[in-house]
Amino acid sequence: MPESFTLSKSNKLLYYILLIALIAFSVATLFPFLWMISTSLRTDVDLFKNPSNWFPTSLYLENYKQVWTAIPFAQYFFNTLKLSVIITVLQVVICCMSAYAFAKLKIPFKNVVFILFMANLMMPWHSIMVPQFSVVSNLGLYNTHTGYILIQLFSGFGIFLMRQFFMSLPDELNEAARVDGFNEWQIFWRIMIPLASAGISTLAIFTFTYMWNDYLAPLIYLNDDGLKTLQLGLKAFQTEHTMDYGLLMAGTVLATIPMVIVFLIGERFFIQSVATTGMKN
Amino acid sequence: MSSKRLLNLRSYIPGTLFILPAFALFAVFIFIPLVYGIYMSFTDYGGFNVKANFIGLDNYISLFKDDYFLVSLKNNLIYTVLFVPLTMLLALLAAVALNGVRHLRKFFRMSFYFPYITSMVSIAIVWGLLFNPLSGPVNQILKAVGIANPPEWLMSSKWALLAIVIVAVWKSFGYYMIILLAGIQGIPEHLYESAKLDGANKFQQFIYITLPSLSPTLFMVLILTIINSFQVFDLVSVMTDGGPGRSTNVLVFRIYQEAFINYQMGYAAAMSTVLFIIIMVISLIQFRLEKKWVTY
Repeated sequence: MPESFTLSKSNKLLYYILLIALIAFSVATLFPFLWMISTSLRTDVDLFKNPSNWFPTSLYLENYKQVWTAIPFAQYFFNTLKLSVIITVLQVVICCMSAYAFAKLKIPFKNVVFILFMANLMMPWHSIMVPQFSVVSNLGLYNTHTGYILIQLFSGFGIFLMRQFFMSLPDELNEAARVDGFNEWQIFWRIMIPLASAGISTLAIFTFTYMWNDYLAPLIYLNDDGLKTLQLGLKAFQTEHTMDYGLLMAGTVLATIPMVIVFLIGERFFIQSVATTGMKN
Repeated sequence: MSSKRLLNLRSYIPGTLFILPAFALFAVFIFIPLVYGIYMSFTDYGGFNVKANFIGLDNYISLFKDDYFLVSLKNNLIYTVLFVPLTMLLALLAAVALNGVRHLRKFFRMSFYFPYITSMVSIAIVWGLLFNPLSGPVNQILKAVGIANPPEWLMSSKWALLAIVIVAVWKSFGYYMIILLAGIQGIPEHLYESAKLDGANKFQQFIYITLPSLSPTLFMVLILTIINSFQVFDLVSVMTDGGPGRSTNVLVFRIYQEAFINYQMGYAAAMSTVLFIIIMVISLIQFRLEKKWVTY
C-alpha cells in the first residue's frame, strides 16, 4: 500500500480531487439525515415561512416532547425493543445449536437437511408470506407476539454463518472434552459458544437491526394497538400528521437513534456479515 | 439388533436433538407453508375460516388476463431495469474510489453504508418530504440549478416510480459497495505490478485487471440486486401506497393487497407462486452461469 501512494505532482492533484469528490458525495448521502434532524428542531410556522432555509434558527425541542403523546410512542418503542431482543436471543441460540450439529455431530440425512436449509436462503420470505399467515392463524397465533416471534426464529443465513465458525474449530477440542467427561450439551455451552463469540456478535447485530426495522411482517401479523411496533406506529403517524413535519421528523429521529448506537458499536461486525454474504455465494 | 448397530444409532442422538428446534421451525413455518401455498393457489380460499373450493388452474388463467396484476408486473420490471444498473454502477464507483484513497476511509465507508441499516419506513417518510414538489429540498435544488419546471415526483404517475428507485438506490448501494470492496481488496497485487511494468495507466489497470478479476463478485451482486428488486414493498407502502393510480404498484405490494386487504388468499397464493418461479429461474441462471464467469 505505501508504495502505491508515493505520487507524482499531477497524481497528487488528481488524488485531492478524488478526495473532495468523495467528501461531497458523503455529505450528499447523509443529507436526508441532516435534513431530518434539522427539521425536527423547527416550528411548523418557521418551516412554511422559509422552506428553503434548511437550518434551524433556534433550537425548538417541543416536537420531541409532543411525539410521546401524539402517538403511544413509548408503547411502540417498548414492543419493538422486546420483540427484537427476544427474537435475537432465541434465533442466535437455535442457529448455534443447529450449526454446531452440522459442523461437529452426526445427523441422519445431514446433506439433505443442509441443502433444504440453505435453499431457504434463495427463497424470499415474500413468496410464502400468504400461506405462512394462514398456517399461523390456524394455530391461533394471529395478532400475537408469539406468532410473530415464531416465524422469525429460523434463519438459514444464521446457520450458515455459525457453521463456518464451528467448522474452523479443531475436532481435537471436542475429543479432549469428551475424554474429560463433558457431555455434548456441556461442550456446546462451555467450550463452543465462548469460542464462537465473534460470529455470535455478528449474527446478533444483524438480526437485531433486521428486526428493529421490520415492517411488512408486523403489518400482517400485529393488529392491536397495544401489540404494534415502532415502524407501524411511524407509518400510522405519517398518515395522521401529514403536515406536521417537525413532529414527524422528531419521531423518525427517535426511531433511528437505537440503530445509530448499534451501528457505532458494531460497525466491524456489519462489515463482517456483508463479507460473509460474499463468501456464501 | 446387534449391540454395535444400536451403538451406531445412539451416536446420532445428540446431533438430532441439537438440530431439532431449527428443523421443527423450518418444517412448520417454511416447508409446510411452501407446499400449502401451492395447493392454495388452486383454490378460491378467502382467508381465516372460510371454506376453500378446488378450482384448478382458474387463478393462473385469470392472473394473465388481470390488468392490475400485469401492470404491477410491468412496474416491477421497470423498477428492476432501473434499480439494478444504477445500484451496481454507484456501488462500483464508490468501491473503486474508496480503494484509491487513504484519508477518511472509515468515514466514507460508514456514511455510504449507514442508509442501509436505517429503517425503510423512517427514510421513506423523510424522502417523502424531500420530494415534496413545492417545499421539498429536491425541487429547491433543481430550481436553483436552473430547472424551471421540476417534476412533481410522488404526485405524478410519470415520475413516482423513478423517485422510489432513487431512494432504493441511495439506501442500498453502500451494502453492495462493501461486497465489491472486499472483492477488489482480494485481487492479487502482483497483477497490478506486472501491468504497471507493461506501462498500463490507472484507467487501463481498471479495465484490464480490476473488472475481469472482479467479474465473479459483480455477477453475484447482479443476482442479489435482481432478486432484491422483486421484493420491494416498504418504500411503495409508505411513500405512494401504489399510486398515483397504479403507477407504483409492484409485485409484492399487489400480493399484499390481494391477500390482506381483499382477502383473496387463493388468488394471492397464485401470484406468490409466480414470484417464487421468477426468483427460482434467476437462481438457476446463476448456478448455470457462475462457473463460466470466473475469467482469471
